[in-house]
Amino acid sequence: MSTDLDALYQEIILDHYKHPHHRGLREPFEAEVHHVNPTCGDEVTLRVHLTDGRVDDVSYDALGCSISQASASVLTDLVIGKPVDDAMRIHDEFLTLMQGKGQVEPDEEVLEDGIAFAGVAKFPARIKCALLSWMAWKDATLSAVDPVETKKESL
Amino acid sequence: MDGLLPDLEVVRKDFPILSRALGDGWPLVYLDSANTSQKPQVVIDTMVDHLERHNANIARAMHQLGAEATAAYEEARDKVASFLGAPERDEVVFLKNATEALNLAANTLAWAGDRQVGPGDEVVITEMEHHSNIVPWQLLCERTGATLRWFGITEDGRLDLSSVDELITERTKVVSLVWVSNMLGTINPIGEIARRAHAVGALVVVDASQAAPQLPIDLAAMPDEERPDLLAFTGHKVVGPTGIGVLWGRRAVLDQLPPFLGGGEMIETVTMERSTYAPIPHKFEAGTPPIVEAVGLGAAVDYLSVLGMESVQRHERAITAYALEGLQTVPGLTVLGPLDAAERGGAISFEIPGVHPHDVATVLDSRGIAVRAGHHCAKPAHAHFGVQSSTRMSSYLYTAPAEIDALVEGLEYTRSYFKLD
Repeated sequence: MSTDLDALYQEIILDHYKHPHHRGLREPFEAEVHHVNPTCGDEVTLRVHLTDGRVDDVSYDALGCSISQASASVLTDLVIGKPVDDAMRIHDEFLTLMQGKGQVEPDEEVLEDGIAFAGVAKFPARIKCALLSWMAWKDATLSAVDPVETKKESL
Repeated sequence: MDGLLPDLEVVRKDFPILSRALGDGWPLVYLDSANTSQKPQVVIDTMVDHLERHNANIARAMHQLGAEATAAYEEARDKVASFLGAPERDEVVFLKNATEALNLAANTLAWAGDRQVGPGDEVVITEMEHHSNIVPWQLLCERTGATLRWFGITEDGRLDLSSVDELITERTKVVSLVWVSNMLGTINPIGEIARRAHAVGALVVVDASQAAPQLPIDLAAMPDEERPDLLAFTGHKVVGPTGIGVLWGRRAVLDQLPPFLGGGEMIETVTMERSTYAPIPHKFEAGTPPIVEAVGLGAAVDYLSVLGMESVQRHERAITAYALEGLQTVPGLTVLGPLDAAERGGAISFEIPGVHPHDVATVLDSRGIAVRAGHHCAKPAHAHFGVQSSTRMSSYLYTAPAEIDALVEGLEYTRSYFKLD
């Protein structure tokens, strides 16, 4: 069995892929976004529900590979129940890991199951798969936090 | 196995990349030729020789190197004309790629001229087009007020011709379709459709990006009413370099279309008020063209002609039949598109329930096997079959049966890796 392949497809990733957490689209929500990876066609529709600066729920409907599906599942585990600011820091940490070309040592305290994605950073073609739902979550959260500001930015 | 190129082992040695090993020493199994083909040594050497010994700008340099470069570029045009069986060599226009060729057609048809498309007119395409033969026509329709219509696909991946009478009518100004589908592999009856389109006075545009590598093309030998008016293909899929594509067009049609890009080389004379244009093909070749790429393409089509396109087609059919047979031994695997190798090209898209195409491609890649995963720039065709993406293997003249065996074995391994049993 190939070691490279096992570095990419950690058991944790395959588990999340086969049994994704928090899947499905739920009410209530303050923002919904639809993100697509144009090179491969992977798609995610993602909703966020925030209460008093806290992530109450993240729900999603996604089509895509094991990496993108597992990543969405891990994302929801990590951010649901956290203050938005903390969740954004987790997002930044995950992004740094993915963009680190395999040189960044992941912090298990912060990323929990997310550390399983460290191997993905060595497969340039798959980094976008891992980031799809994270980008969608950030986009949705920013527009839920400050719909007017976000609208201005996008103008 | 019947139908393989007689000197396949020798042919494979012409392609230096095929001797590469990948990952933990796996020999490269290149099954992504519909994406881009590999290049034989003769194409690489011809391009290097041109750059080392004959480099100059063409048609404007008044020195020996300029003359040599111009001759090499124009000889490449002769070679491509002969490869297509073009009635006239000046009907061959060099562009950047097939996408640019199709955009040239869709843009110049929107502009003032004898062929201008307008409100009330209809443009007919098909659901199995590559995005490059969909989007330019959508843009044309948005800009001109014309209506876009299309042929659907049957369950077994062929064009649904049952609606031909409703689709091709007096209102039809353009019919643009793919000769060989890059996703389904289907070979379309372009002669029959051209005949119908010409009967109502419509212009026929053929995307030959996947046909040119695989089928012998003899435009001059086609009955006039079945011959397309414009035909596009790209150099890099016919063992040539990237950066060079071809638009062939009937002289009468190319003369009627207005220029696409303005600039040097495409003019006859220029004043501050207006310009007159060079005759075809130069009218459509503004600016310094991809010179060494054209020279490389010339060497590429020469290489194919020496092998013989009939032999290449026989080889592709034999390999495709073998691959269709092998793929269907993989439990659960479904092929999208026709199952008869005689009616299709060498691109085979398939699905394995339970494993996403990206994951299939990554596992195969770890064993040195290169395939494509995704929508292959044919999202509508995927949507028709209710799938978001697929895995595609595509063979070419250098593909050996053992490589198909490696693919099938790799797919078995993929199934076990994702614990599908």
